[in-house]
Amino acid sequence: MMSVETEINFKLNGREVSLRVPATMKALAMLRDRLGLTGTKYACGEGECGACTINVDGKTVNSCLMYAVDCDGREVVTVEGLRTPEGLHPVQQAFVDHGAIQCGFCTPGMIMQAQHLLENNPTLTREEAKRGLEGNICRCTGYTKVLDAVEAVADKNGRCSHG
Amino acid sequence: MQEITTYLAPRRLDEALRATADGDATVFCGGTDLAPQTESGVRQYKAKLLSLRRIEELGGIEAEGHEIRIGATTTISEIRRSSALAEIAPVLVEATEHFASEQIRNAASVGGNLCNASPAGDMSPPLLVLGAAVELACWREGAVRTRRIPLEEFFLGPGKTAKLPEELLTAVVFERPVVDFVGRFRKSGPRPALEISTVSVAFGARIANGLLRGVRVAMGAVAPTPLRARHVEAALEGKPLDAATIAAAVAATTEDAKPIDDVRASAWYRSHLIQVFVEEVLNDVRRN
Repeated sequence: MMSVETEINFKLNGREVSLRVPATMKALAMLRDRLGLTGTKYACGEGECGACTINVDGKTVNSCLMYAVDCDGREVVTVEGLRTPEGLHPVQQAFVDHGAIQCGFCTPGMIMQAQHLLENNPTLTREEAKRGLEGNICRCTGYTKVLDAVEAVADKNGRCSHG
Repeated sequence: MQEITTYLAPRRLDEALRATADGDATVFCGGTDLAPQTESGVRQYKAKLLSLRRIEELGGIEAEGHEIRIGATTTISEIRRSSALAEIAPVLVEATEHFASEQIRNAASVGGNLCNASPAGDMSPPLLVLGAAVELACWREGAVRTRRIPLEEFFLGPGKTAKLPEELLTAVVFERPVVDFVGRFRKSGPRPALEISTVSVAFGARIANGLLRGVRVAMGAVAPTPLRARHVEAALEGKPLDAATIAAAVAATTEDAKPIDDVRASAWYRSHLIQVFVEEVLNDVRRN
């Protein structure tokens, strides 16, 4: 199907980007196929699994459901944008340290959502982490170590006791 | 297949209404329903694609006065985090707890949820028991015209509403509930998150001198539209909330709930479950 193209300008992982996208293109396709950022994964394509989670203006969304044109004027962070010059983001490091990975396909989305949860609630409980990660499905069912990793960050952030 | 010839993301309502005046626009906010529906082909795009998200006057929650107003583009997360709504209309906030996932709540708008008109839409039962109305606007004779209709008259069938193609849903409004208003929401599905309701029920009433008054009961996923359960309401109105009243209300559900078999559940199971839910919700109110 044909659709009109629109120029959009937005901040992606701290850098200004400008490109033309078809009106019906999703943010996920734009990131992967047009901008070469393949860390954000395409899995279910209908908002059920969270593998494509990105952060837009400080809130996580499913990039498979977001229209690319809707990125215009906004601030988008993908998993590629978490790393700092000093090294991995603490959430990324915790996933490594705890082996919170099996096949790895859900990991970028898990990390994006975990980072968002911890940013808004630095000392969250395991139960709060579970609720917050409800939209992220691990096909390998490796949830325990993901929750361990999230809890480890909460502990480092000064959490008193396990919730 | 229609070619999309124009994409619009205006900042003012009148600009958006002028774009929809010919009725040939696909309207979206978060896109969480539109994207999968168009990808799977159950819905076709019209010539114009119109995003409402940048229109500031369509966002926000006004909760100070006698009338509560939630702008159409208010996200489900914004409702969930609203301390004012938690106090005024906890039944609505409770329903957001069971709404999809955080990623979807961050994008999805209340107006979009209502316009999608799913029989299982999570915002519909709580808003129905709050006696909500929707505000519809259009551009006519050089000005913005608005009308209001009760939410229960808004739903005409699955995906079908009383909104005309040239109209936009601009807000959902309801009267501030009285201080002794009691509300409940219950939804069922195989898992707690990202679930389209098998059935859902909302209850709202006040209890004066031990008697139920102003009873509203709403159900989801038991008919082509979310609905007010008038027979259940009649069984409860003016009655004490005792075992006999609850039994009568449960018996009345068969008059209101006319579910179908589909991929999520059988009609038989839905009919059974809605009775269980009505009973549980009423017992919960009774205990508290």
